[in-house]
Amino acid sequence: MMTKIAFVRKKEIPPSAPPITEVGLIGWLRQNLFSSWLNSILTVLSVYFIVIILWDFIPWAYGGHWNTKSLRECLDLDPDVACFSVLTARWKQLLFGLYPAEEYWRPTLTFIFLLLAIVPILFPKFFRFFWFSIIYPGLAVWLLWGGSFWSISIVYIGLTLGALFFLTLIRRYLKNYMIAAIFAFLFTAVFFLFISNPLVGLLNVILPISLPFVESLKMGGFTLSLIVGVTGIVASFPIGILLALGRQSNLPVIKMICVGFIEFIRGVPLITLLFVASVLLNYFLPPGTNFDIVLRVVIMVTLFSAAYMAEVIRGGLAGLPLGQHEASASLGLTYWQSQRLIIMPQALKISIPGIVNTFIGLFKDTTLVSIISLRDPVGLASTIRADQKWNGIYWELYVAIGLMFFIFCWGMSQYSQYLERKLKTDK
Amino acid sequence: MEKTKINITDEVAIHISDMNKWFGNFHVLRDINLEVRRGERIVVCGPSGSGKSTLIRCINRLEEHQKGSIIVDGTELTTDLKNIDKIRSEVGMVFQHFNLFPHLTTLENCTLAPMWVRETPEKEATEIAMEMLEKVKIPEQAHKYPGQLSGGQQQRVAIARSLCMKPRIMLFDEVTSALDPEMIKEVLDTMIQLAEEGMTMICVTHEMGFARQVADRVIFMDDGQIVEQNEPEEFFKNPKSDRTKLFLSQILGH
Repeated sequence: MMTKIAFVRKKEIPPSAPPITEVGLIGWLRQNLFSSWLNSILTVLSVYFIVIILWDFIPWAYGGHWNTKSLRECLDLDPDVACFSVLTARWKQLLFGLYPAEEYWRPTLTFIFLLLAIVPILFPKFFRFFWFSIIYPGLAVWLLWGGSFWSISIVYIGLTLGALFFLTLIRRYLKNYMIAAIFAFLFTAVFFLFISNPLVGLLNVILPISLPFVESLKMGGFTLSLIVGVTGIVASFPIGILLALGRQSNLPVIKMICVGFIEFIRGVPLITLLFVASVLLNYFLPPGTNFDIVLRVVIMVTLFSAAYMAEVIRGGLAGLPLGQHEASASLGLTYWQSQRLIIMPQALKISIPGIVNTFIGLFKDTTLVSIISLRDPVGLASTIRADQKWNGIYWELYVAIGLMFFIFCWGMSQYSQYLERKLKTDK
Repeated sequence: MEKTKINITDEVAIHISDMNKWFGNFHVLRDINLEVRRGERIVVCGPSGSGKSTLIRCINRLEEHQKGSIIVDGTELTTDLKNIDKIRSEVGMVFQHFNLFPHLTTLENCTLAPMWVRETPEKEATEIAMEMLEKVKIPEQAHKYPGQLSGGQQQRVAIARSLCMKPRIMLFDEVTSALDPEMIKEVLDTMIQLAEEGMTMICVTHEMGFARQVADRVIFMDDGQIVEQNEPEEFFKNPKSDRTKLFLSQILGH
């Protein structure tokens, strides 16, 4: 039997609203929690587990003691609730370590400035305040460690002079960037070797500004975590980009160095590197060198996460179609222009989740410094528990420390999701 | 439509002599000799794998040739990066898959190269970009991202992006092959318009209608060699080589 093939639309069907069960709360529940028998059972089970955990946790946390003198006292009052008194008694230590109490304002101010300094980096509309992000590292070092204001400023003065020297050379005398850079480097080196010390001495006499010196071993608590974490994050990012580019380079020597570095650092546990930083490095360095322990740790943590960063970014680079390289080359952009304007913005965008993952990992890994007896919050927890008054306390301390870390890490994760939404350009 | 031939000058735009290229052991281009004069419009056709794309990609050094010489606008292509960047800024290229920069708006796609390579001030670069976007008839899409445009629109933006560099030569690499049939015409119209303005063009394409209408010369390639070249009338009416006859019968036969 033949059906009729010819067909012409007689009336147009206008779009209509979807059925009620597909939208709104009911639709959401159906689609997400009760879409099949198995899912419904899992939903019910999950809710059950959440309820029984909260059933115990909420009274424990809510009824907790905050003002007792020791763990013993807590247990005598009510053994079934939390004993947060340890935090009341020791919160300053958890935040500042052994930092002198009368100088607590310095790490506090450094932290507030940190929040201000990252705003121009995170939100481009505040980019005009970027100068503050530039001076912040010096300011933070001076505030935290103290000493003469000028011995920190001289670094900025020297680098600025070097940059000005470079620009003048380029503008006035030389066309070749390479040669100008070498001259500028020599100029800066001469400045730091011969001129900077007398100049600092002179400035100290003319206008003595200084803060009491605080040594690195006094740094501790979240102050230390943030020093190591933030410096590591800021420094590992550009190093990671360069390593990733180096690994993709056509120049065999550069490629070999980068691959070797990445594979070596990734193949070694961070703790090993930290031990090297704390113990072995002193054997290799000339006797009498006082190479700051926090600086050594920061360098190791930075190198460690730079290797991971490089691989994450390489993933982003690999995700870009070859056509992007070809298109930017065909327009006459140089290698560095095309990396900066076309390739990196896209590769970094693809890698945002991985990059933030590495940042979060790095920040949490700062707790490993407790192994080489630096007093980060986890190291301090052991110290506090060694105190007779708080001997035997577990949950309250670690919950608090965990919560602090969670706030920072969750913040980073939220920002990365915001950034991904903002940079979405398709549709 | 009658073709305008007044544009072709005696000036040599591209001179390729005895050029050879290998991919590993595969001899992809064999003894290519080609001279393109300023204002000339050339269509290169041939079966896939015949080396036609590779040929035009050698002209702006997206591929490196191993033997022979390529001279573009009087500058020979060597390993000297400065020469390569200079030639690339003078030679525009449009790709099969558009290759627009997805993280930049249409306008930014067009202003980027003039601003960074030619150091044109932003205001002037924007004016040029808008002029070119108007030429390809999509000024209203200037602030959209490539991902929000149709294939045909994206390809026209890609043409505008190349034109913003005020190139002296344009290379088109199968620019309509990835497009839906409905969009091929709008891109071809843009190319025809360019051709009529006297742009030196080399187009790798299977659009034989386009070749008939605008080309001054059609080149047929197979197995990495130029098999036959002629004026389009003659080329289509009286192909000389058997290989060309077979090719034409296959693509025109249905």
